[in-house]
Order: sequence, then structure tokens, then C-alpha cells
Amino acid sequence: MKPRLLLTLATVLGFSAGTVQADTIGDPVRGEQLFKRDCAACHQLGEGAVNRVGPQLNGVFDRRAGSLASFSYSKGMSRMGADGLTWTLETLDAYLANPRSLVSGTRMSYRGMKEQQDRSALMAYLRTWSDKPQNIPEASPTARPTVPELDPKILAIQGDPAYGEYLSSECTTCHQRDGSDQGIPAITRWPQDDFVAAMHAYKQKLRPHPVMQMMASRLTDEEIASLAAYFAALD
Amino acid sequence: MTLNRRSFLASSVAAAGVLYAPMVFGQAKPKVVIIGGGAGGATAARYLAKDSKGAIDVTLVEANPIYTTCFFSNLYIGGFRDFESLQHGYDKLAGGGVTVINDRATAVDRDARTVTLAGGTVLSYDKLVLSPGIDFKEGAVPGWSVADAEVIPHAYKAGPQTQLLKKMIEAMPAGGTFAMVAPPNPYRCPPGPYERISMVAHLLSQKNPTAKILIFDPKDKYSKQALFEEGWAKHYDGMVQWIGPEFGGDKVEVRPKTMEVVVDGEVQKVDVCNVIPAQMAGAIAKVAGVTNDAGWAPVDPATMQSKMDKNIWVLGDSTAQGDMPKSGFSANSQAKVASMVIRAELTGSKVFPAKYSNTCWSLIAPDDGVKVGASYEPTPEKIASVTSFISQTGEDAALRKATYEESLGWYAGITADMFG
Repeated sequence: MKPRLLLTLATVLGFSAGTVQADTIGDPVRGEQLFKRDCAACHQLGEGAVNRVGPQLNGVFDRRAGSLASFSYSKGMSRMGADGLTWTLETLDAYLANPRSLVSGTRMSYRGMKEQQDRSALMAYLRTWSDKPQNIPEASPTARPTVPELDPKILAIQGDPAYGEYLSSECTTCHQRDGSDQGIPAITRWPQDDFVAAMHAYKQKLRPHPVMQMMASRLTDEEIASLAAYFAALD
Repeated sequence: MTLNRRSFLASSVAAAGVLYAPMVFGQAKPKVVIIGGGAGGATAARYLAKDSKGAIDVTLVEANPIYTTCFFSNLYIGGFRDFESLQHGYDKLAGGGVTVINDRATAVDRDARTVTLAGGTVLSYDKLVLSPGIDFKEGAVPGWSVADAEVIPHAYKAGPQTQLLKKMIEAMPAGGTFAMVAPPNPYRCPPGPYERISMVAHLLSQKNPTAKILIFDPKDKYSKQALFEEGWAKHYDGMVQWIGPEFGGDKVEVRPKTMEVVVDGEVQKVDVCNVIPAQMAGAIAKVAGVTNDAGWAPVDPATMQSKMDKNIWVLGDSTAQGDMPKSGFSANSQAKVASMVIRAELTGSKVFPAKYSNTCWSLIAPDDGVKVGASYEPTPEKIASVTSFISQTGEDAALRKATYEESLGWYAGITADMFG
């Protein structure tokens, strides 16, 4: 990619309030049509769904494979469940693409859905009948996060402390700006290089803390540099 | 590669920032009125005043001169915090340039852009922020109404109700029964019902170890369920019984006069009862006409602006926004997006893409803390969850202790972020 071109375009177009960032899983309306075409002969989904030839699919996201007590699964599916297979966007996508490649011996006689866009639409429809994150925050995501694709050169960009100040409001929900430490470490006046290294370690999941992994995972290299510049210069 | 929206956004975040045409007000400063001084409203007031550096006239209307946080109010019940530690005044916000009025808003005139207070004051606004928390749906639990809260407390707006519930639990007869009628989705959390159960169990295990705890629940599952069940079995073996909809938890009637709970026709005598009813947006949101049929206020996922009125923002528990839970952390996160957008509309400052996050810690027993969290981004339809994490069952004691200590740090952090 050509970062300079992108930055120029960005400057011209700008953001407005109302910018949408995350990508939805897919189009659930189209997913419903695909479900009726390819799945509904064996599976039920929605109000009052029950097991038929295949298990009912309400709550399939975050469900352990082969775990409905009321359904008799193939040995292959039960074994995968026992080994820890849980249905998420990633595992369902692989299963829908080619069921037998993920679960040997599955009784689901379906050759697979080739197009990524179709699978995404189908999963978006399935997702509407699983736990809602508003009620169960740990439930599977309902959209795909913005994934930064940054040229390594951007790593060399100097952070903008003003932008860092804006971003810092998320940090200061937990880390106190005045540098006091009451159970959560201080991050004020860190050397910039240390700050950047630590954040990238969280981003790459080398450091183990889940809150920080989550926070760092969605900061771009530039945002990390900006935060580093801001916190380093705090009084 | 092709230039797609995602890579475009990722590369352009820092470079771009749109300049709004500032509104023209002649000599007068633009006015923002904020109703509700909790995690949403206090944060919005503080950030608007701080970041506009005096360019915006910020007024915060809050009925209570001293605010009691819902978060950590369960820890008070469990004996881990004293009540005063939950209380916060508005002096620092006032010192930071926010006009704080201790009164209750009773009416909003959206055409005239005014708010009327119970004391008769009329405030005019250019932008209005509503962060009123929750109110209860009358008739949600048969036999119980808000008027019964002195006998059967909800303890779901922290304050005297929380103190009353703790006092009742402490006065329970030996071997008595505590019952909770848990709320349907969606509900405010904190103070989480299941953390509350843990704290009640801790208190009883110290003072009344043969007492029983019953939870009547209309939901067939709840957040952190495996963690709570593991913790209750480990710390409070046999004390806690959860009755879900399969066993009538969704068909509960309460009789305040006789202290009875009727479950699917069967009468259960209890000593202390805590009803957490079904909820809706705080009353002023409905009065302002910005709520939907379900009782919540729909907002634009990227700005927190009301979908009913472009001069009104709604924050926190009272919103219908999508995937974020109704927590103080969420309200605080949303307030930062809202104050950024409001400031941009009024003063022409930069707008950056909205980022939201939430983490909820729960205490199960001394030094046994767990957490759940997620990050969120706006899509065209809603604020959508894009990643999430949760504590695991079977974690070692050191990690659980560290999680609890982290929650103490968070409390200190967010209250400083809200109140200055």
C-alpha cells in the first residue's frame, strides 16, 4: 500500500461525526435466505426452535460443539466438543466452508459454502439468535473490528501529543493522570520508547493482561506513538 | 492493495479531523445543560468544561448534592467498603468551571430549548445531555410496587436503599431466608445482581452461616454465570440456590405484607426480599420525548446523539445503543465521545472516530475478583461489540487477588475521571 497517498486522501476527505468504523459480520437479511435455501431442511432457528435432523441453532455462538444434551451427535462432533471446539465467528466460518475438514466424521452432509460473503451473511443471521452482548458482555462479537494495516514506515512517525491527549481519556478511566498508583500502575512520565514497546507487546499478546491487550489491539502505531508522547510530557 | 474503507480509516485516523463550522452566537457563550450527575453526566460535564477551556457554558443538574456510586455498592453490602467511600461531592467539578445545580429536572421544551427544574428555574440550552440512569417499570413484578421499597428494597439506585438492604440482612434471624427477584434483560449492572448475591453470601457466612439465599430469575442465563457458580460452590457451599425460568423463576409474585414470594403457585416465606424490577430509561428521557416503545432512548452509534432530536445527547443506562452493557464504565466511555462531538459542534474543535470500551469487575469473596470486558465500534445500526474477554474458571488465587486489586484502582480512577 501507499501510505502517503492514503494520508493525502484522508486529509482531503476528513471525518465527520457519524463515521462508521466496524464492519458488520454480514447481511442478516441475505443470511436468512441462505439459511432457508441450504440449512432449514435439517436445522431450526428462531422462536420455539427444536432439534430435527440437525440440532436447533438458537444460541449456537459460544456454545461448545456437540453440547446440547437433547441432541444425539456424531462421535466426531462429540469428540471435537470434548477437545474444546467452541462455535465462534472463526470456527463456524471454517465449518461452514468445509464441514468435514473441521470435524471428521460429522453427520452434517453439506458440501460447504464456498463464498466468504455468503458465509458471513449466514453467520450474521445465526448471530441474531445467540446471546446479546448488552446482556452477556462476554458473548461473541457482533462485528469485526477495524484492523489497522500500517506500513512499517509509519512506526517512525512522531506522535502528536495533542492527539495523545484526546486518546488518553480512555487510559485515564483506570490509570490516574497524576501518576498515583492504587492497584493499577502509573503510566505518567514513562520514557516514550518504553511506552511504545509495552503497548506493542500487549497488541501482539506477548504481555498477558486482557484489558491492556484489548485496549492496545485497537490502537494504531501512530496512536500509540501519540499516547507515548502525551504521557511522557505530563507534569 | 485496493483502497478499502478499513485501511483508509486506519491510516487516516490521526491525519484527519473534520472542522465543524462553529455556531454563531454573537457574544454569548454556547450553553450545554447536562441532566444527571453520574458516570455519564459528571464525565461529560468535566470533559466539556476542561477541554473547551471556558468556551462553553456547562451546567450540571443533579438532584443529590452528594452522589453515591452504584458501582461498588454491593461491596458495601458485603462489608468491604464503608458507605462514605461510595460518596462523592461536586465541589471539584464546580471548581473546574461547571455550574452545578442541585435540583430535579421536570420538563424539557425541545422547541424553545429549555429545561424546567422542580424549584421553578428555567435553563436555556444550545445542546442538552440526558444521563438520567434508570427507572423501574411499574407492575413488572406482580404484588410489588416502588411504594413497597421500604419493606422490600430494590437497592438499585445506590443510597438509603442500599443501607436499608444491608441493615435488613444483618437483622435476619438465624437460619433465615434471603430472596432476590432478579431482573429481566436489559438491566443496569453494576450493581450486578449476582455480585450482590456473592456479597450477601459473604456477609451471611460471617454472621448467619445457616441462612439460605434464593434467586428467582426470569433469565435462563446471565453474564459470568460459570464464574459465579464456581465461586458460590467454593466459598458458600449449599447456601445459594438459583431458580431459573425452568422452575418458575419467571412466574414470581411478591406479597410485601406477609413477606412471601409465590413461585409458580407455591408460597415461600422469606425474611428479607430484594426485588430488582424490569427497567427503563430515567423518567426525564421519556418526558423529553426521546424514548422508544421499549422505554429506552435510541442514539446514533457514532456520536451518542439522540435519534429523536439533534440538539440532545443521551448517555449511559438510559440509551438504546446496541451491544454495550448498562454499566458506569460504558456511560463514562460514551460521555467522552459525546463531549468531543458536542464541543466540535459548538467550537469547531476536531472530531475523531468514536471508540468505546467496557470492563466490569465483580467480587465473589475476599480477594476473589473476576472481570468481563469488551471493546466496541459504531456500525450503521448500533454500537457493536468487536472483541471481548472474560476471566476463566479455575484461575489461581494470585490472579484473582490481582483482579480485585485492579478493581480498586479502577474505582479510584473512574471517580477521579468523573468528579475531578
